[in-house]
Amino acid sequence: MPAATARPAAGGPVISLDKVVKRYTMGTNEVLAMRGVDLIVEPGEMVAIMGASGSGKSTMMNIIGCLDTPTSGSYVLDGVPVNGLSRNQLADLRNQKLGFVFQGFNLLPRTTALDNVELPMLYDRAGRWTDTRATAAAALTRVGLGARMDHEPSELSGGQQQRVAIARAIVTQPTVLLADEPTGNLDSHTTVDVMSLFQELNEQGITIILVTHEPDVAQYAKRIVEMRDGRIIRDVPVADRHNAKADLASMVSDDALAVVA
Amino acid sequence: MKKITLFKVATQSIIKNKLRTMLTMLGIVIGVGAVIIMVAIGNGAQSQIEKQIGNLGTNMIVITAGSTAQGGVSQGAGTFNRLTIADADKIKLNSTLLNAVSPVIVTRTQIIGGLGNWRTGVNGVSTDYLTIRNWGVSSGELFSDDDVRSKKKVVVLGNTVATNLFPDGNAVGAQVQLGRSPFTVVGVLSPKGQTATGNDQDDVVLVPYTTAQDRLSGFSFLAQILGSTSSTAVIPAAIEEVKLLMRDAHNLNGGNVPDDFTVRDQTAIAAAATSTTSVMTGLLAAIASISLIVGGIGIMNIMLVSVTERTREIGIRMAIGARGSDVLTQFLIESIVMSVLGGVIGLLVGLGGAAILGKFTGWATATPWSAVFIAVGFSAAVGVFFGYYPARKAASMNPIQALRYE
Ligand SMILES: Nc1ncnc2c1ncn2[C@@H]1O[C@H](COP(=O)(O)OP(=O)(O)O)[C@@H](O)[C@H]1O
Ligand SMILES: [Mg+2]
Repeated sequence: MPAATARPAAGGPVISLDKVVKRYTMGTNEVLAMRGVDLIVEPGEMVAIMGASGSGKSTMMNIIGCLDTPTSGSYVLDGVPVNGLSRNQLADLRNQKLGFVFQGFNLLPRTTALDNVELPMLYDRAGRWTDTRATAAAALTRVGLGARMDHEPSELSGGQQQRVAIARAIVTQPTVLLADEPTGNLDSHTTVDVMSLFQELNEQGITIILVTHEPDVAQYAKRIVEMRDGRIIRDVPVADRHNAKADLASMVSDDALAVVA
Repeated sequence: MKKITLFKVATQSIIKNKLRTMLTMLGIVIGVGAVIIMVAIGNGAQSQIEKQIGNLGTNMIVITAGSTAQGGVSQGAGTFNRLTIADADKIKLNSTLLNAVSPVIVTRTQIIGGLGNWRTGVNGVSTDYLTIRNWGVSSGELFSDDDVRSKKKVVVLGNTVATNLFPDGNAVGAQVQLGRSPFTVVGVLSPKGQTATGNDQDDVVLVPYTTAQDRLSGFSFLAQILGSTSSTAVIPAAIEEVKLLMRDAHNLNGGNVPDDFTVRDQTAIAAAATSTTSVMTGLLAAIASISLIVGGIGIMNIMLVSVTERTREIGIRMAIGARGSDVLTQFLIESIVMSVLGGVIGLLVGLGGAAILGKFTGWATATPWSAVFIAVGFSAAVGVFFGYYPARKAASMNPIQALRYE
């Protein structure tokens, strides 16, 4: 499928949604989860999508992630028009251009961190990977889990599991990293920890779109898109962007003070 | 995904779920094991029978009274005992192809002597009998033509009779009583073993047919006439010759009257016996195959449960780029690997089981190579057949719903 692997001319947007509508029909019931969404994401952005529950955030992420297709409107991912692609072409597109991080980590149980991270490369049909073990190990080192490669998910903390999931998402060098409530299952300290990893990866050039309903978390992004009832009601750059690494350092010293007191 | 990595992924998941894998394989193990044991028993019985039929005598022809081809019309009881000494003499005198002919008179009686008494079968035969039966004596000798002519009261003991009455081996020369007459033991036969149907061929005594008619049976009809040729090649011609002689002897020539006797050779007897056992082998294998099918359904059952249980895993694989065909192949390989592994284990269980059974029951068992290949091939087919539907189900899942599955 050459169309999916062809890169657009330099400078094109990574994601381009144009009047995207998603309608779910359940019997006689109809739900309009997206009511005409326009969204452009340029390379290197870090976008936080916010909004109340049921406002259509996950639906949009599924469409951007090529797990679902729009009812109407068009979607172009990294220069590739996604409308009308087959199941297999969508699978290949996910494999080559997208990385997913989920709220529930979604690692394969009873499978080591290294095997989990290696997995996406095994499904590659373009023959991009030669030494999948070494590449997976490098990705784990990159997320700070170089010493935990042989651990299974049950032997890792929530934050560590999410790091493995992030390593799995970035190992194929995707165009976009998609994260649907990646910190939803984590405590506040680990949340900041994971956000510092996202910021670090974004600095290294990975485009990130993450869904969150915590305003604190959104403050780590560069841009906030807010949804309500299937529409984008606000799309603003983050004025006072937080640095997760700095926050982490101060939290550690707070903890230290608390222990002293 | 490359086939080799898919194979790796599939085997990983088999190894990760040892208990599930073992339970899944159990049905196939039992199925294949049962098939192998059944085929081994049936096959062993068949080769045993072939050996025993060869043991009956080489190039032997058997003439019995009554026709086998009377088109369902039962002949009167009187027509059965119509083999006479005259028939045997006529064949002996006129046959150009038979090198030995013996009438056989069959009766049972009590034999007293040595350690006590023993009830056994008595065969009244001529001196040709041992040649025809490919038999010999272990001590003493067979009675002579003179003994036959003079209706001498001499007897040759079968090995079983001799060991029971004369365990010390001093039978030859001893006096025994057969029925009401005293007989002299002139020889002991070498051991012959059991027939295909489990009868002890050594539980018998041989006397001159003339003596048997006179002293023991009290009737003049023969159970059989046995003959033998010098080579297998002339058997068909010899059978035709004997038929003509018999029709002549029974005045059946000229008319459209059917034979009132039957002439058979070893191949006919062997064919009948082996076809019976091969039917039995087939039947046993068919019954055992049912357990193989049940095993296959077991695989499908567990694969279906496994697909449901691993819905989220399937969703994850699809999200990171697995195509439907990748998921299909993975589950198919899992089911094939499990069923072939089960087949191989079942094969070992079957071979071991057949060997143990053979040891404890004394049955002959023999596993043909074809059964080994068929068993393993069939279990692979079971894996494909019963694994396809669950694999198909896994492959057609919607990734979003699969990811959301709790
Ligand atoms: N598969 C589906 N079938 C029917 N309705 C759905 C489905 N997925 C989502 N919806 C509906 O679409 C709307 C948006 O859902 P979602 O995108 O999950 O919202 P959010 O992630 O912002 O909470 C909700 O009203 C939800 O009930
Ligand atoms: Mg949601």
